[in-house]
Amino acid sequence: MLTLEDLGVLRSVEEYDDRVVVTITPTYSGCPAMATMRDDLVHRLADAGFEAEVRVSLSPAWSSDWITPAGRESLARHGISPPGAAPTGPVGLSLLPTRRVLGCPRCGSSEVELTSEFGPTACKAMYRCTACLEPFEHVKEI
Amino acid sequence: MTTESGFHDSVYDEDLLGGDASHWAFGTSFEDPLAGVDTTIPDGVDPEELAAYCLMLGDDALIYSHRLSEWCSRAPDLEEDIALANIALDLLGQARLLLARAAAASPAVVPAMPEGSPVPPEDALAFFRPDAQFRSTRLVEPDNGDFAVTIVRLLLFSTWRLALLERLASSRDQVLAAIAAKGVKEVTYHRDYAGRWFLTLAQGTDESRSRLLAALPPVFAFHEELFTDHPVETSVAAAGVGVAPSDVAAEVAVILEQVFSVSGVERHDVPQIGPVAGGTGRDGRHTEALSHLLAEMQSVARAHPLGVW
Repeated sequence: MLTLEDLGVLRSVEEYDDRVVVTITPTYSGCPAMATMRDDLVHRLADAGFEAEVRVSLSPAWSSDWITPAGRESLARHGISPPGAAPTGPVGLSLLPTRRVLGCPRCGSSEVELTSEFGPTACKAMYRCTACLEPFEHVKEI
Repeated sequence: MTTESGFHDSVYDEDLLGGDASHWAFGTSFEDPLAGVDTTIPDGVDPEELAAYCLMLGDDALIYSHRLSEWCSRAPDLEEDIALANIALDLLGQARLLLARAAAASPAVVPAMPEGSPVPPEDALAFFRPDAQFRSTRLVEPDNGDFAVTIVRLLLFSTWRLALLERLASSRDQVLAAIAAKGVKEVTYHRDYAGRWFLTLAQGTDESRSRLLAALPPVFAFHEELFTDHPVETSVAAAGVGVAPSDVAAEVAVILEQVFSVSGVERHDVPQIGPVAGGTGRDGRHTEALSHLLAEMQSVARAHPLGVW
């Protein structure tokens, strides 16, 4: 189980009698899962007897640093490599492949290579483990 | 798909749908991308100008997103296919927020829709404006060309846009500032991607290098337009909510010089495509390519202005 809170997407919950105001923040601007997240929040809270209002918080922008320790463990357990520390400061141009120290979520080997900075969802990069030869996804640091 | 009596009973039975039809009602109620965001306009800022400025940045992202998405299933290999689609998706997300911000700043910019239309304002702006009302810069309009043309254009566009967004992150308009701060993280990846491929193509085979060199003149023909301030841009920059593109020309030149130099490519001045009838993309004067793109992008939405998706 990986919750919205684990992902750092859930920013706040305020309860007023039978009404709940939930504030969430998108991971990437075009994340198509936002509609599903809002939808699930409204439905789960309705099931629990609450009328939910879902608000969007755009600032501060979501950071992969907000993924909780439990969220990181859960990602790794599901074969997805969790992110390292997000970069800070001015944005430099980088013409070399992004260097990350990470281990294969399946066999633990650090002998991994980047396949692509872009993966099946906006938040992930693609890697390949050269020890067990399996491909895996890595949540990018932003 | 719903019928009058509810859901079809064929393969889409209750088990598959979890017995809750409303779960599939995306695109209806709580879809406002700025739901709960404070869209108050800062003191001393003209709402019409703020809206026009948001359309400029939003239309750049929207049109370029559509162009890049045309690579989907046609890129040289799967990784590039996915990369270009991801970049297109990021830009589409930025476009959606910026068009929603434009509509919130000045509802008058949103095309009138038929009574009962469920189309949200940002979709009305994307799908129901004619070409002359788009404010995108002309760089994003022409066909993709080959992979080298695509990479050169992506490098120029993302270097320019990243410089704009970095400054825009301190806009007095909190909504624009937030959209920009988020966009910076995304466009950083786009610029790195384009820069790496530029280097790879330049230092690859004779064929890849010659294609890259051939891609420079058609793309850089729109260079001057990128850094020419439109009166709206000058005005919003003076009001502290926008960025005058001429202000980022020097830093964009430095980044481009780094990429060209590492790649062993000399940068030459190329003939520029000047204004048409006294205007450029920001004034709604576009290339023919934009009209063809919009015809494809808008046709389904225009055919079903009352459609629920």
